[in-house]
Amino acid sequence: MSSSTPSSSPLAEPSPLAPSGWRKLTRLVEPIVLLVPSGVWLLLLLVAPTLLILELSLIPGFRVGQAAGGYGIGNYIEAFQPIYFQVILRSILFAVGSTVICMMLGFPVAYWIAIMAPLRWRNLLLVLFVLPLWTSSLLRAYAWIAILRPSGVLNSLLNVLHLPNQDWLNQTPAVYIGMAYSFLPYMVLILYASLEKLDRRLLEAASDLGATPQQTFWKVTVPQTLSGIAAGGLLVFITSLGEFVVPELLGGASSMTMSRLIYNQFLGATRNWGLGSSFSILMITGVSIGIALLLKYGDRDTTVT
Amino acid sequence: MMQTPSPKSNFKVSWQFLFTLLMYGFMYLPILILAVYSFNASRFSTTWEGFSLKWYQALFKDLRIFDALQDSLTVALAAVAVSAVLGTMMAVGLAKYRFPGKGLYQGTAYLPLIIPDIAIAVATLVFFSSIFGLLEPIVQSLNVSLLNMGVPFSLPLPALSIGTVIIAHVVFCLSYIAVVVSTRLTNLDPHLEEAALDLGATPFQAFIKVLLPELIPAILSGCLLAFILSMDDLLISGFTAGSGTTTLPMLIYSRVRTGVRPDINALSVVLILMSAFLALASEYMRYRGDRKRLG
Repeated sequence: MSSSTPSSSPLAEPSPLAPSGWRKLTRLVEPIVLLVPSGVWLLLLLVAPTLLILELSLIPGFRVGQAAGGYGIGNYIEAFQPIYFQVILRSILFAVGSTVICMMLGFPVAYWIAIMAPLRWRNLLLVLFVLPLWTSSLLRAYAWIAILRPSGVLNSLLNVLHLPNQDWLNQTPAVYIGMAYSFLPYMVLILYASLEKLDRRLLEAASDLGATPQQTFWKVTVPQTLSGIAAGGLLVFITSLGEFVVPELLGGASSMTMSRLIYNQFLGATRNWGLGSSFSILMITGVSIGIALLLKYGDRDTTVT
Repeated sequence: MMQTPSPKSNFKVSWQFLFTLLMYGFMYLPILILAVYSFNASRFSTTWEGFSLKWYQALFKDLRIFDALQDSLTVALAAVAVSAVLGTMMAVGLAKYRFPGKGLYQGTAYLPLIIPDIAIAVATLVFFSSIFGLLEPIVQSLNVSLLNMGVPFSLPLPALSIGTVIIAHVVFCLSYIAVVVSTRLTNLDPHLEEAALDLGATPFQAFIKVLLPELIPAILSGCLLAFILSMDDLLISGFTAGSGTTTLPMLIYSRVRTGVRPDINALSVVLILMSAFLALASEYMRYRGDRKRLG
């Protein structure tokens, strides 16, 4: 990512060989030509809409086609009533749970590919692991319906093994499975980038000095890759906090999340745009806090996206 | 999936290896299961009732799927084309110039990468409906005056359409392309363009002949990323499409909400093969590009 430090923008420094008026005119006109079109686009279609949502969130009970009342914080008060607050808590719980699961599943995978796999296969192995990201996220969630439904593949397998059947579809476990499946490749990608840079001589030195593998892991590997762990964790956390498809398709009625609630308030039966907007603003705020933390503690090299 | 190690390499079967193998299975088994069931003759049962291509036949006779595919491709190609130009210009502008409010501009530009789709989707919907609410009386009075002047022509009333979907998709496509191009720009020799200018090139020539060729690989991979994300988008399209437009994810979503559908299994296999081909082609291109740059 480009930054505003002088070292990364030396193109703007005047060359000693450049006295021509051309150069001066260019330096005046070029930034306008380059930056104004996308600036206007972003202003109109990102900044203005978000400000409109902020305004709607401050009009209690705003519904389409109804006369709007005055401003107030009624929507936010409503959002923190138990019936809606549990939705917020559940979304956070899903996000934290998915992050922990992805971390536990992703770390050994990234560790094996980055450090233990044969050197010439590492790139290919990583590409193969993240390949499913290229396919439709909707279809990847859908695939789990076929597996988890009562008459699905999982229960057929459990029957063969004479184990009790599980009814996970439309329950919380299905949400965690679907989220882990959707976001594990991101986690592995970021942890790999961090583990790849780990100085292997440190691991050897630790074991030469008599550290057990556990000690090496907790005293060398984890501290050395802490920024990657933070980046991967926060990325998965904010992505799952806003996830809509997985809880909607796999979670059933008991797994109402913030995204689903916003969707319902805008396109569903209730059409309370004011309440939906307040949830949207709360979600943007939550994600922004996550990003601020990521930029503060994350490894700059691994947070390109 | 895992390559058998040659006896010479010091490959050891560790628990990390077995666990990784299990996770590869976790990533690929669901896709494999979809593929297997797309050939199953039975509609509802999970048991295997014989090999059949009937779901593929049903799929290729389903005109609504082709309409949806056409809408999706129209949106993705148009949005990516606009974003490629705007995003590249923005990345170059941000790399070259410093100005007051640059941090704010940059932060806004990369916002779509992190804000959840649902928040962008509802905001865009609210924005379009209030803009249209403002424009409608203006268009109506224009039409009245056109009618009074005897012009046999009236302007269409503004409404959600495939055009609004494209406009909304440009916002996030723009950000992704700009990020990828920016990464390349920071690794670029900044004096190349200066040299071209010193040698008498006009700024336009310097941009087209010197900077652009260096950026083309990054622009292409940014476009590919934006294309994939645009084809995958459900929420932003769903909120900005109106009634006349249905993209492929919208169609799939409306069908799978009711449960497992064998024709969707078949569609999944077709789409997964297409995206796997795209992914491998792009990885190969990147691999070639890396070798060229290093060698």
